[in-house]
Amino acid sequence: MIFVEDKEIVIPGDILADEEYHSGRGTFKENDKVCSSLVGLVAIRDKKISVIPLQSKYIPKRGDVVIGEVTDIRFSMWNLDINSPYSGFLPASDVFGKEKRELNRTFDVGDVLFLRVVDVDEVKKVKLGLKGRGLGKFRGGILINITPTKVPRLIGKKGSMINMIKDQTHCEVIVGQNGVVWVKGEPSMERVAEKVINMIEDQAHTSGLTDRVRNMLAKLLGIEPEETEYELGEPGPVDESDELEMSEEVEITEIIEISEESDELEEFEPPEEKEESKEDEID
Amino acid sequence: MVHIVPEIIKESVTNLVKNGERTDGRAFDEYREISLETGVIEKAEGSARVKIGKTQIVIGTKPQIGTPFADTPNVGVLMTNTELLPMAAPNFESGPPDENSVELSRVTDRCIREGKVVDLEKLCIVEGEKVWMVFLDLHVIDYDGNLMDAAVLGSVAALMNTKIPTTKIENDEIVLDYENMIPLPINEKALMCTFAKIDGELIIDPSLEEEEIMGARLSIGMTEEGNICAMQKGGAQPLDREEILKVVSIAKMKTAELRTHLP
Repeated sequence: MIFVEDKEIVIPGDILADEEYHSGRGTFKENDKVCSSLVGLVAIRDKKISVIPLQSKYIPKRGDVVIGEVTDIRFSMWNLDINSPYSGFLPASDVFGKEKRELNRTFDVGDVLFLRVVDVDEVKKVKLGLKGRGLGKFRGGILINITPTKVPRLIGKKGSMINMIKDQTHCEVIVGQNGVVWVKGEPSMERVAEKVINMIEDQAHTSGLTDRVRNMLAKLLGIEPEETEYELGEPGPVDESDELEMSEEVEITEIIEISEESDELEEFEPPEEKEESKEDEID
Repeated sequence: MVHIVPEIIKESVTNLVKNGERTDGRAFDEYREISLETGVIEKAEGSARVKIGKTQIVIGTKPQIGTPFADTPNVGVLMTNTELLPMAAPNFESGPPDENSVELSRVTDRCIREGKVVDLEKLCIVEGEKVWMVFLDLHVIDYDGNLMDAAVLGSVAALMNTKIPTTKIENDEIVLDYENMIPLPINEKALMCTFAKIDGELIIDPSLEEEEIMGARLSIGMTEEGNICAMQKGGAQPLDREEILKVVSIAKMKTAELRTHLP
């Protein structure tokens, strides 16, 4: 027996299903019944029920790309705020290799970086790295914070949503999986993008969002909605293409490609190639 | 914990201000959306909930009978206390009040006291022995900048909402008549208006983002007639004479505008 529908909003304690279903993330089992432990949307996959929270904090995971802010400089590393209960660190050796240089000349407190989570250990010490395409320091632009669970929605299927924003506002947009979004373009366009992104965050749990985003963009930019026919790769009924699962797994390749075009990022070439191959082995 | 503002945010906000714009699209002399409800707490004699944008404060008043201070035997007592709840912002910690909390209480108290919002002399029951003590408790629920304007606006509303029982003296004892509740003696509606100085420009009602990068801030408390009853400056940068005069004249208009939100 199941008592809820897919994508229904539930609150903690709501009974979701009987024992024939498995208890997934955001749920618990009591008296052979699956109950929700969060406020969120129900996701049913085969016989597994999980609840995707409406709001969340970012929990670091190896391989994620995140946007972090330098909060402290230590003897051989930078400390970074990654919009999470756990702070991250970037070892100096990752940036300089074996060379010895002064850390604050490269990144100072208050700088914003685009990084990859290299490793998360048992006590949630988050090791960050700058090795990879497009990673580095941001220059200019604005930052917008959204709830990390809504990141997949903002990107859209195969990047449809984010590409629409980019095309319409002519801004560069980079989304970190920790819910920090960096936007750079004309100042007025940055504001348009900010409004749209905040709207997506507000309405991420509803369907037909792509259409509303398109209309909102058209309205803010003062264009007729009809003129803005954009090939989003998926013609079919919008509602279907729009139904993106807000799962934890996100296509991150898309984001990296975006950043590649950006010349606002200072890329860091590690001085020694050997270092890099070593890192890869660990990965 | 000191919050560090990313350089690029500082840059983008400052650049916008230079061009006469603000992050949320407001004009320099425009408040965010203000909402004010009174009587929100059942158990308190008077209460108010005020929202300026996302900043939210809940205010309650508690009148009690007590002995007056020895130097002012015929005057009631007003006590203001502020609680910056940890849920309001990540850098608010629980524990004893910190400097921000003390500053907010004192500035609110000064604006209300010096603006003579409550006629404290009418709160005297028996001279030198029994007076009404009004406790004003402010709880910051959500912090998104400009606590002071919200605190004063809400406090005045809460005081206006407060009802105290009438008192009678029978056989040298004070008898409280809960059947006949009377409002506190209010004779003024002094309100506060805060400006932040960013890159030489003065903007009203700074948001959290703007407060974090501002060079200086000036709060002005003003009575209905336009008399200044309180002033508080914060931040490291100086303010010159012209700036202060300009700010005072804007504050006069803006406090009048704020006053329309009071019931």
